[in-house]
Amino acid sequence: MDNTLLEVKNLKMYFPVTRGLLRRKIAEVKAVDNVSFHVKTGETLGLVGETGCGKTTTGRCILRLYRPTAGQIIFEGREISHLKDRQIRLIRRKMPLIFQDPYGSLDPRQSAGSIVGEPIQFHKLVLNKNDLKERVASLFRMVGLDPNMVNRVPHEFSGGQRQRIGIARALACEPSMIVCDEPISALDVSIQSQIINLLEDLQKQFKGLSYIFIAHDLSVVRHISDRVAVMYLGRIVELTESKKLYDNPLHPYTQALISAVPIPDRRVEKQRQQIILKGEVPSPLSPPSGCHFHPRCPIASPECSEIIPALNDVGDGHEVACIKVQ
Amino acid sequence: MLKRRKRELKFVEGRPQESEWKRFIRVFFGRRIVLFGLIVVALYIIVAIFAPWIAPYDYKTISSTILSQPSAEHWLGTDTVGRDVLSRLIFGVRPTLIVGSVTILIAAVAGTILGLLAGYFGGWIQTIIMRFIDALMGFPMILLALLIASLLGGGLKNIVIALGIALIAGFARVMCAQTLTIKENDYIIAGRSLGLTNFRLMWKHIIPNAFPPMIILATMNIGMVILMEAGLSFLGVGIQQPDAAWGSMVSAGYNRLTSNPALSVAPGIAIMLIVFSLNMVGDGLRDALDPRLRGTL
Amino acid sequence: MTLLTVENLKTYFHTDFGLVKAVDGVSYEINEGEIVGIVGESGCGKSVTQLSTLQLITSPPGMIEDGKVIFDGRNLLDYPANGPEMRSIRGGKIAMIFQEPMTSLNPTLSVFQQISEMLSLHLQMDKETQRKRAIELLTQVGIPDAKRRIDDYPHQFSGGMRQRVMIAMALSCNPKLLIADEPTTAVDVTTQAQLLLLMQNLVRQYHTSLIIVTHNLGVVARYAQRIYVMYAGRIVESGSCDDIFNQPKHPYTIGLLKCVPRLDEEEDRRLVPIEGLPPNLINMPPTCAFLPRCPYKIDRCREEPWPALKPVGNQQVACYVDTKLTVQ
Repeated sequence: MDNTLLEVKNLKMYFPVTRGLLRRKIAEVKAVDNVSFHVKTGETLGLVGETGCGKTTTGRCILRLYRPTAGQIIFEGREISHLKDRQIRLIRRKMPLIFQDPYGSLDPRQSAGSIVGEPIQFHKLVLNKNDLKERVASLFRMVGLDPNMVNRVPHEFSGGQRQRIGIARALACEPSMIVCDEPISALDVSIQSQIINLLEDLQKQFKGLSYIFIAHDLSVVRHISDRVAVMYLGRIVELTESKKLYDNPLHPYTQALISAVPIPDRRVEKQRQQIILKGEVPSPLSPPSGCHFHPRCPIASPECSEIIPALNDVGDGHEVACIKVQ
Repeated sequence: MLKRRKRELKFVEGRPQESEWKRFIRVFFGRRIVLFGLIVVALYIIVAIFAPWIAPYDYKTISSTILSQPSAEHWLGTDTVGRDVLSRLIFGVRPTLIVGSVTILIAAVAGTILGLLAGYFGGWIQTIIMRFIDALMGFPMILLALLIASLLGGGLKNIVIALGIALIAGFARVMCAQTLTIKENDYIIAGRSLGLTNFRLMWKHIIPNAFPPMIILATMNIGMVILMEAGLSFLGVGIQQPDAAWGSMVSAGYNRLTSNPALSVAPGIAIMLIVFSLNMVGDGLRDALDPRLRGTL
Repeated sequence: MTLLTVENLKTYFHTDFGLVKAVDGVSYEINEGEIVGIVGESGCGKSVTQLSTLQLITSPPGMIEDGKVIFDGRNLLDYPANGPEMRSIRGGKIAMIFQEPMTSLNPTLSVFQQISEMLSLHLQMDKETQRKRAIELLTQVGIPDAKRRIDDYPHQFSGGMRQRVMIAMALSCNPKLLIADEPTTAVDVTTQAQLLLLMQNLVRQYHTSLIIVTHNLGVVARYAQRIYVMYAGRIVESGSCDDIFNQPKHPYTIGLLKCVPRLDEEEDRRLVPIEGLPPNLINMPPTCAFLPRCPYKIDRCREEPWPALKPVGNQQVACYVDTKLTVQ
């Protein structure tokens, strides 16, 4: 496993809920609870789950935008979970972030060119102004934008174009991994595929570029990812190759999630069986005991409320956290 | 206005590129009311520089008649000790402009820094700074200025310092609130995720985006500060006689509003004009510097 | 039996930047007990169309310029927008469910107060019956412990539960037609599945017709019987779900189906995006709005105005090109 780019071991991120002037801790939200996975060079790992499952927090912990409560994050062979701000700053540019909201993620007062050029300039990756200009222009071309538009400000671009600017900015410092946090869910259907294809092309172009692709849309995640991790209330419940996830989902939550996603094909839809879950995702403030999924699970038994299932390899790297699946 | 901003703009490919500077000039100078404000401000500055040459009399000279009505000799009449009101008005531009601008500058810079630090870092830094600001706000502003001015002694320089400190609280509050909203934006997180330093994020991304409300606050405060100076002078710690300042002129003439209206109305109008003009310039500046209005303006 | 017929509806917005033809000659119909999907991207006019049928367009700048909305044999556009006839139809005969359950419920009134408002307005029930009916409705839409929760306020419910409350309110007066405008866009997929199944069951039970307005082709494929595909203020293709999903004929429909990832797709499938940007609706040229993005365009498309819907096979398609010959 020497091509492992990122390894996350037992990552925990608990947010304290405080009250009063003295910020007394009254509770804890276990946003990410004992999550482990790895990302290989050139691979796309999908993180999928519903609201509050901790997928965004996981992504931000990896970038060390949060200081994890516990666990290890090993990036390019280096443990980064406890590095100081000064040291982490140099590593961050190797793993930038792409955001969901193409409106909020670009400074409205900066021109597109300066948005893309800022990290290059800041990290002194070019020698002079001319090189910078050229580098920005080539980044613009790479993401399918006309380099003549560098002087425009974000609000003069459409949503899809803004997302391209965000991607160009992420590529600016020659990253080895990009964390994409719902990069297309705010875009129009017809624009989404343009961005997905762009991301795929860039991965081919820069051999060895990895993505962590965070989204709630299972079809999109499955399409772009090599492996997919399904999260539920802060824990990974299933992690496997994307093909197996649809053909052979093992965790009851994954099965329900897959059945809930409609397929735009009438013939297929008519033959599909729907699993409708009971109730809703419980609040992360007071998650159920044992397996978080047990109150909604169709195959739960009394033990499920006691045992916290570990993520077990059931063969070929297919990992499931369920005591009913062996 | 707000509605217009939200709407997507018509997107014409290959539209001639306008540089930011050119757009600034076009928008800023393109509106008549802004131009008017600029001209007034420029006129005031010219008057301030050339006061000794423009004024018909010296501002200290006492003539034979006191409290004369406007005449060909004294266009705006004379005051209670017989000084020419017009000349005092012209000489009064200097301290008035200094009080108006330097005070705001001190308050805005200090308030911005404090508010920025409090909002950006949060936690105990915010608690300490904002408690201090709350304490400042707890005092009536004029009382606070009075306190500082009496500690430092009177005179123009100390008045400016005193008023500047008294005004910090407002700027710090607004800046803190602005920072708290702006820092939640994804572009700040994006900057952090690209390894930018806190200083750069604050300087390049938060301050420019917090600019519009700060400009409005500053222009709104200028008029108030000029009048507060009058209050301080009236209480004996401001600019002292025989030096002329509009604020003190308004308050000095105000008992004779019926018999000699020019005494306080003339400096009053002068203050009103400069405040109005500065507000217009501030508005123009805000719009010209807002790239989101590109294409609509 | 046809329940609602919309004929040549035109809603224009007169903005500072020019004329926006948000809905430009839209005709459709819905039969009793039918589920119809209206599909399109943001800005295609699908929501404005629905608001126009109920005369809920803010005017100015919006104006319903032309068209007929025939419901129960009466043209709804003949009635003044705020007259008693329209008010009795809205909520009473035709009910709407909106995308944002947070903002479509009044946060200062309890759920019971909001439902009883509808019941007393349209059905003139007394308080006692109202309460019974409200509890019954909430139970029906799957709110556990409805008896106790009926006096709760909207913020005490989760997003999915709020949407259930909305459905209960919409159904409270036994409407003949339910219009759901992106009803599940703001909720998670498992909740979406719950809600849509619930709506499907209720509609069957009450023999109500349902219009689902959505951008999600999957939702339509699963639940609707017929669909209308909209682009830039017009319907570009319509037909039964089976026909359109098996054999889309308009280039835009074909493009939409090719550009979305499918859960069951082969590995390494490449998406075929629709190139370019959605059109800007201000001062549009008279030619087909999809022309700049269309991969099948012919000379005729540039020279002639936007074609009208005409039957092609089992569908209605607004296109000059016989896409069947050009592609597949």
